[in-house]
Amino acid sequence: MLHFARWQIVLIVLTVVVGILAVLPNLLPRSVLADMPGWLPKQQIVLGLDLQGGAYLLYQVDKQDYIDKRLRAVTAEVRTALRAEPRIGYTGLGVVDGAVQVRIRDATQFAEARERLSGLTNPLNQSLFGGASVDEFGLTEGSNETLRLSFTEDGLNQRIRSIVDQSIEVVRRRIDELGTTEPSIQREGEDRILVEAPGGDPEQLKSLVGTTAQLTFHMVDTSISGEEAMRTRPPAGTMVLTTSEDDEFEPARPYVVDENPLLSGEDLVDAQPGFDQQTNEPLVTFRLTTSGARRFGEVTSRNVGTPFAIVLDDEIISAPVIREPITGGSGQISGSFSVQAANDLSILLRAGALPAGLTLVEERTVGPGLGADSIAAGETAAIVAAVLVAVSMILVYGLFGVFANIALVTNIILLMGLLSLLGATLTLPGIAGIVLTMGMAVDANVLIYERIREEGKAGRTPILAIDTGFARAFNTILDANVTTLIAAVILFQLGSGPIRGFAVTLALGILTTVFTAFLFTRLLVALWVRRKRPTAIPV
Amino acid sequence: MKLISLPSDTSIPFMRWRVPAVATSLVLCIASIALFLTFGMNYGIDFRGGSVVELRFEEPRDIGELRSEIGSLNFGDVQIVEFGQPTDVMIRVAEQPGGEEAQQRVVILLREMFGEVAQFRRVEVVGPRVSGELARAGAIAVVAALFAIMAYIWLRFEWHFAVGAVLTTLHDVILTIGLYSATQIDFNLTSIAAVLTIVGYSLNDTVVVYDRVRENLRRYKRMSMPELLNLSINQMLSRTLMTSITTVLALIALFIFGGEVIRSFTFAMIWGVVVGTFSSIFIAAPLLITLNLRSGRTGGGDAAADAVAEEPAAS
Repeated sequence: MLHFARWQIVLIVLTVVVGILAVLPNLLPRSVLADMPGWLPKQQIVLGLDLQGGAYLLYQVDKQDYIDKRLRAVTAEVRTALRAEPRIGYTGLGVVDGAVQVRIRDATQFAEARERLSGLTNPLNQSLFGGASVDEFGLTEGSNETLRLSFTEDGLNQRIRSIVDQSIEVVRRRIDELGTTEPSIQREGEDRILVEAPGGDPEQLKSLVGTTAQLTFHMVDTSISGEEAMRTRPPAGTMVLTTSEDDEFEPARPYVVDENPLLSGEDLVDAQPGFDQQTNEPLVTFRLTTSGARRFGEVTSRNVGTPFAIVLDDEIISAPVIREPITGGSGQISGSFSVQAANDLSILLRAGALPAGLTLVEERTVGPGLGADSIAAGETAAIVAAVLVAVSMILVYGLFGVFANIALVTNIILLMGLLSLLGATLTLPGIAGIVLTMGMAVDANVLIYERIREEGKAGRTPILAIDTGFARAFNTILDANVTTLIAAVILFQLGSGPIRGFAVTLALGILTTVFTAFLFTRLLVALWVRRKRPTAIPV
Repeated sequence: MKLISLPSDTSIPFMRWRVPAVATSLVLCIASIALFLTFGMNYGIDFRGGSVVELRFEEPRDIGELRSEIGSLNFGDVQIVEFGQPTDVMIRVAEQPGGEEAQQRVVILLREMFGEVAQFRRVEVVGPRVSGELARAGAIAVVAALFAIMAYIWLRFEWHFAVGAVLTTLHDVILTIGLYSATQIDFNLTSIAAVLTIVGYSLNDTVVVYDRVRENLRRYKRMSMPELLNLSINQMLSRTLMTSITTVLALIALFIFGGEVIRSFTFAMIWGVVVGTFSSIFIAAPLLITLNLRSGRTGGGDAAADAVAEEPAAS
């Protein structure tokens, strides 16, 4: 056991050197790192949000919101389909039990109606290569000449999947616009999105990510006042929307608007914050696509003198009166914004709307001050722990205690080096894992030394005792560490947040511990034995 | 340089105390379960939903005053505790009825109330949808870890050891739950990590003892079980003590200097190391007698075989 071939020594030393090189970038400021030659490792340990401050936001895609929206859209499609020439008389069109339902008045037209509605089942392509195609909707016939369009399970699932992907894209664009450094946006499970962003203002981030930002332009119906429509019933094909409640000076005012939007977010090419040249108030300017501009031009020239409503997520932000046809394809939204609000709105419009609402289901934010305090506390704890462990090892094992301490330091360096190379995230529980590793790392050495002592007592020569001690301790150390490693791996697999951070350092700590115990410490002791030829058992 | 000697050549008759020791453990386990069933645990927002906000005021604030201010917001069950420095407080608000949005309202209202005079150092909001899942995932993690470890030990040792190790670990987990229940320390996600680490540590300790038992079983084929266990534990005693002491020292450093956030976590771990050390001696070993480890392997056992077995295997 105590014999090492030259190449083995070289490999062990090389590993330790690589470990040291991998740790070094963490000690250097970023400016120095940038100037270093390319072949040197530059990866630093990534600090978790709990150590550098930031936000961890878990959103869930609002499935019901999407279903409602989609059913409303399909209802409109059904209406259009049945009204097409030759018209088919129908009644009771609406959403019933999560499906669009309609009754055909004239039984002779039923077959034709079914034919038309079957065109609305909307086959979704599952893959690029065609393959099996799934219908989003199934068409069923009920009694009494009714037809129902309801979601198929596969279709809905596939839709939700693509909605999550789409939402991730939109959220990414929004956060990129904000200029936050290194945000991480990823899918969690079936229908969740996890946003992790270091630093920054968590409140602003929340308001940006959580907004659906569905922008629509609607004509205002002036034949009836908003208040009256609220009391009675809005005319068919219209709905009542109110102005934003955020405005302190003006209470929310109801308007009757066309149900079908004139323009929507998709017709926008760009949006920028700006200032009104006369009043100097913040506003948002936008540009429309060519087709959007044409439609907008036509409508505005027909409706000079009537107001239209600019609606964001079912709230009217502004309802200007059309003074002259707007044909240039650009316009302004003013709505007594603050500078920040105008800025945020333009980001939202540029990044596009979320396909469905997002609900914030879990939030953890840490201020930068607390993060810094936590690092300081963790460092102090680690240093004190290291000193306590080191002193007790020397007190008990003397010179071999020194070897154990050199191994401990090497162990921690290797652990930090691994964390750096892997780009793993160090969290506060992670620091706890390192401290625990320190406590347990000596276990391997203790097992070895105690074995050596026993073998010595059994009457072996010192060198043989050392050799057998290492050999005999091998199995025990392996069994003990593998069980802990299993626990750590399961923690990592099943855990989230703080548990993961802890599991990573614990698992890596076990690996480095086994390495240092079996190779590094053994090498140290072997070199010492070769040089000193001890005549007494040293522990 | 060497100033302290660990006890060596001890022959403490541990197994003589195994009945009172196991009895004490049983009583403690039952007490833990009873505590858990009657008082339950102080589940944190991770498992119960709700919000935690940590504030640092510009000047020290009177808790009573704060309580009445926050009381005016009608959040129902609100805990306010001083946290570290006198300017720091932690406000814990129970889950609000009304789904995810209702939880967000808590933070918005608190920000309106204190945004000007305090720094929001930490905000955590866990909605009702997530909290149930976190609890389930945590429980699954503990159970899965136990099973995986049992499988490993089964492969490496024999089933007696696997069952013994898992029962010992279960014992430690139950006592840890008892600690959380008795002290009413916040039980959250990090506590699950603590429990699992205790599982890891306790097993580590148990496996080390079992390893020696297995070795001695091969070596001393005629020795009675209690005698053999005593021998094994005594042989490992200095190692067990040394490792436990250094680990506890490291954990104490973490407890004192690691900051408020992980204090309850470290506290549980210190307890776990103490319990784990105790159980690897007084529970794990006697269990092997109870599980009748030796009965199936009494064969052979003539003096010559013993002598041969006592020769060290060449390594």
